[in-house]
This record gives sequence, C-alpha cells and structure tokens, in this order.
Amino acid sequence: MESAELRELYQTVILDHYKKPRNFGRPEGADREAEGRNPLCGDHFKVYAKLDGDRVAAVGFEGSGCAISTASASLMTQLVAGRSREEAHAIFTRFHDLVTGSGDVDPASVGKLEVLAGVREFPARVKCATLAWHALEAALDRPGESVSTE
Amino acid sequence: MSSSAEPFPTRLSDLEVARLRADFPVLAQRPHGRPLAYLDNANTTQKPRAVIDAESHFYATDYAGVHRAVYELAERATRAYEAGRAAVRRFLHAPDAHEVILLRGTTEAINLVASSFSRAHVGAGDEILITAMEHHSNLVPWQLACEARGARLVVAPIDDSGALLLDEFERLVTDRTRIVAVAHVSNSLGSVNPVREIVEIAHARGVPVLVDGAQSAPHMPVDVQELGCDFYAFSGHKVYGPSGIGALWGRRELLEALPPWQGGGGMIENVTFEKTTYAGIPARFEAGTPNIAGAVGLAAAIEYVEAVGVERIAAHEQQLLVHATEALREIPGLTIIGTAPEKAGLVSFVLDCAHPHDIATILDREGVAVRAGHHCTQPVMQHFGVPATVRASFGLYNTREDVDALVAGLRTVVEVFG
Repeated sequence: MESAELRELYQTVILDHYKKPRNFGRPEGADREAEGRNPLCGDHFKVYAKLDGDRVAAVGFEGSGCAISTASASLMTQLVAGRSREEAHAIFTRFHDLVTGSGDVDPASVGKLEVLAGVREFPARVKCATLAWHALEAALDRPGESVSTE
Repeated sequence: MSSSAEPFPTRLSDLEVARLRADFPVLAQRPHGRPLAYLDNANTTQKPRAVIDAESHFYATDYAGVHRAVYELAERATRAYEAGRAAVRRFLHAPDAHEVILLRGTTEAINLVASSFSRAHVGAGDEILITAMEHHSNLVPWQLACEARGARLVVAPIDDSGALLLDEFERLVTDRTRIVAVAHVSNSLGSVNPVREIVEIAHARGVPVLVDGAQSAPHMPVDVQELGCDFYAFSGHKVYGPSGIGALWGRRELLEALPPWQGGGGMIENVTFEKTTYAGIPARFEAGTPNIAGAVGLAAAIEYVEAVGVERIAAHEQQLLVHATEALREIPGLTIIGTAPEKAGLVSFVLDCAHPHDIATILDREGVAVRAGHHCTQPVMQHFGVPATVRASFGLYNTREDVDALVAGLRTVVEVFG
C-alpha cells in the first residue's frame, strides 16, 4: 500500500479490533440499548449499556459494519466502561472533533481512539467512525431510540 | 452473407475508445496521482464536451420560457426543447413524440405512473406486481400507491443467480393484478429481465407493464414497440446527459386515461375557480417551467450515443464484463453477487476479508471510482445475505486498463485485510 494516509487509516490496531471486536454482544444486566444505522452503506449496530447510577458499568455492541465503524465501536466499549455518563459524552465530543478535523483536539486526549485520527483525511468515513457513538448517546439519553447517520 | 456486409465493426476498437475518452473532460484528471478509472456508470455517467457545450450554448444564445411567449427567442427555445422530446422518441423507437413526457428522471417518471395510474385503476384488494430485484425507486412509489389505495404489493422472486423466476412471475399475475413494474436491468446485480416474455404474460391477462429503463438505456438498444411494454422510464444523467432530466414514454391511450399528476402552469386547458380542464399529452404531465436546458443537453447526449452506436457500446461493455468477471474470479475470497446468464455491463461483489466500504476507500486512493453500499436495493442485499456490495459498472469510455486498475486495487485490499 503506497499511501501513507491509507496506512494510517488501516493500522494494525484498527484491523485487530475489526477482526476481533471486543465486548461483542449484550453485556449481562444491560438495561439500555439503541440502534445505529448508516442507510447509505448498510452498517447497522445495536449498542447496549449497563448503568450503575450515573456510571456506565458496561458497554457492548452487536451488528455488522466496515473496519472503521466496527473498530470504533469496539474501542468505544473499552474506553467508556467505568466512566460517568458525562465523561462518556465528553470523550465523544473530543473524538468527534478529532475525526472531523474541527477544533484543536490533542489526539492523546481521546486515549486509544487516537488510532482513528486518520479518519479526518477521509471525510466520507466520519459517519462510520461515529456511528456506534451516536447509538451509545441515544442508549444513555434516549433509550430504545434508533439513530441514523442521515 | 459475409460479415463484411456490416456497415461497421460490431465493437469499439481501442483506438476509438481512446478517441471517445478525449471527449470527456472529467476523465483527464488524476485523483491521488493516478489515472481516473471511473467505474460507477450505473450510478451516473460522465458528460462529453458535446453535451456540456450544447447546454452552455443554449443558455448563451437561445434561452427563454417555452410554450408561452410569441417572440422569436421563445420560439427558438421551444423548438430546442421539443427537439429534446423528438430525440427521446427516436432513441426509444417510440411511435409518437406526444407520448414522451419530459421529467426529472426515472424516479419522477415512476412516481407519476404509480400515483396517477393507481388513482385511476387500482382499488382495495387489487395487486401491483414487481420483482425482488427492483431499485427502491421502482418499489417505494408502488408501496405508497398500495397504501393509498388499499392494494397489495406482490413481489416475484429471483433465483440465487439473481435471475427472475419467470414461472413464479407468471403464477403471480392474477385477476387482481392491475399493473406490473419491472427493471429492464437490475442496478445491483446486472441481471437483464426478459421483458418481452414478461409483457406477453401480463398482456395475456390484460395487465399493462412499466419498464424501469434506468440501467438499460444506453447499455443496449431499446425499442419500446419491440419490447411491447406500456410505459418505459429512463434518466438522462445515465445516458451521458445532464442530471435533472429524463423521460417517461407511455402508450397514448394509457397516458390519456391517466388523471393529472402535478397541477400548475402549462398543464391546463382552461382554469376557473369552479373547474379546470387539462391540456392533452404531453403537456398535461409537465406542470411548471421544465428543465429546458436539460432537454437540450439530453438531445445532445442521445445524438452522441447514436453516433457511437448503441449496439457497439453494448458489445464493448460486454467485453469488459467478461474480462472483469474472469479477472475478479482470480482474487482469493471474492464472491460475485449476481451471476444471471444474461447480464449487462456491471459486476457486484464482496470480499470475505473486507467490508465494501473499506474496499471502496482503498480503491479510491488507487484512482478507481466504484460504488459500495446497498445500491438502493436493500431487499436484494437481504436475499443474498450481505449488508452491501462493491459494484463496478462500465460505460463506453472504460478500458481494460480500468478493469486492471480495479483488480490491482483489490489485490492491495487483500494485502491489507487478508
């Protein structure tokens, strides 16, 4: 692969999370869920969350999508677990700014999600990177709702 | 008779394709430093200089409102607009230009028929028959019509190659069937439907047939009289013409029996607050100021395609299809979706190691433009158990090199994901 941008987009961590997504399935005791769809490409995830008071005790997901959307969902489940809803929301805001190239986001401030920073060179793929996150927000704030990228 | 009796070779030579490519300014660019291999022609086609110039020249010299004013400029504009209608008649081998309604495209044409025909002829308990391979634009309008009329949408199944099961289709044409709507060519599978047989079966029961021609014109010669269909719809932007212009052809007696669709200027005969009477066809179905320059551009596109020769374009695209099918079969883990015995020049596929969206991103960086997604045929994707496919679709300007660039790009995908 000659393009450095492509190499960054499809780096090892992303391919690893795509092929072996973490927290795939419904976590035991999950009490929130929401669906996310990208009607343009057919990506479809169901995101589950287990709340413990204001804390997100566990997150899981199911469905099918491309490498970017699947890796982002998988990384999300790891990153958000154990955080407060407010912290989860703040991570998404920073992550969203990072992949859309808006604002001056320090890639290190999004933890492991930094591997998805390359998405900003591929505007058509921002919806992939954020699909599961939109579904998580819906699960936490508007449970049962279905979100669409369009 | 010897083959030398043919007026010209049956396919395009490499030299001719090279010359034709020079007519399309957009093809000269080099995305990401690579030659552009534009393989998304089933989505939309690029425009030759002749089309771009015709539209621009019209705006610069002949533009005015049509069918209204008496001044000379408006007469010229009207003549140019009507020349677009005449070109469509010739292109479709229709008997009468009055039967050609100029609209925004295939989607609008199907919506017109679905709405007006169902208001006039479809009632509670009636059935509208489509096939399992339809584009959403030949599915959703009929769903809406069924909802409005209390009718039932019946879907004729396809087999695992993506070909229509004609016996099943025949069984589904019943006394309640009011209209049949089928794609001439499937946009996501490439299957060519046996329209003449479909028409024969439907007409035997007195059922009219609408053909969605979005993917057949200009990939094969279209003769609506030979097909025997009752309505045929296509889009200008897929025949190297402008976007926002297309046409519906319909049999005069059927069009005349349809109630108006959109109301407005141009489609009336006489208006009072109490009652309006409507113009005859085609004006009755062309409310509002039409896409005048679009019709001019469409005429130029049709002339361009006719000059190249639709049969020769079809033969050229078939060659590319054969080459692509053979080359793609060599890629490990690749499955072609849509293997009907009769296919038009497009190939849909999936790779077991990578999602279509990722494939398309990598191909893009190699200069190869393909479509990834469900191609507005979600039920087809469900039938084949895939969320999406990659689709490469050919046009008159594509070359073996374009196909080879696609194949090389796919090898990169396998390298990254395999």
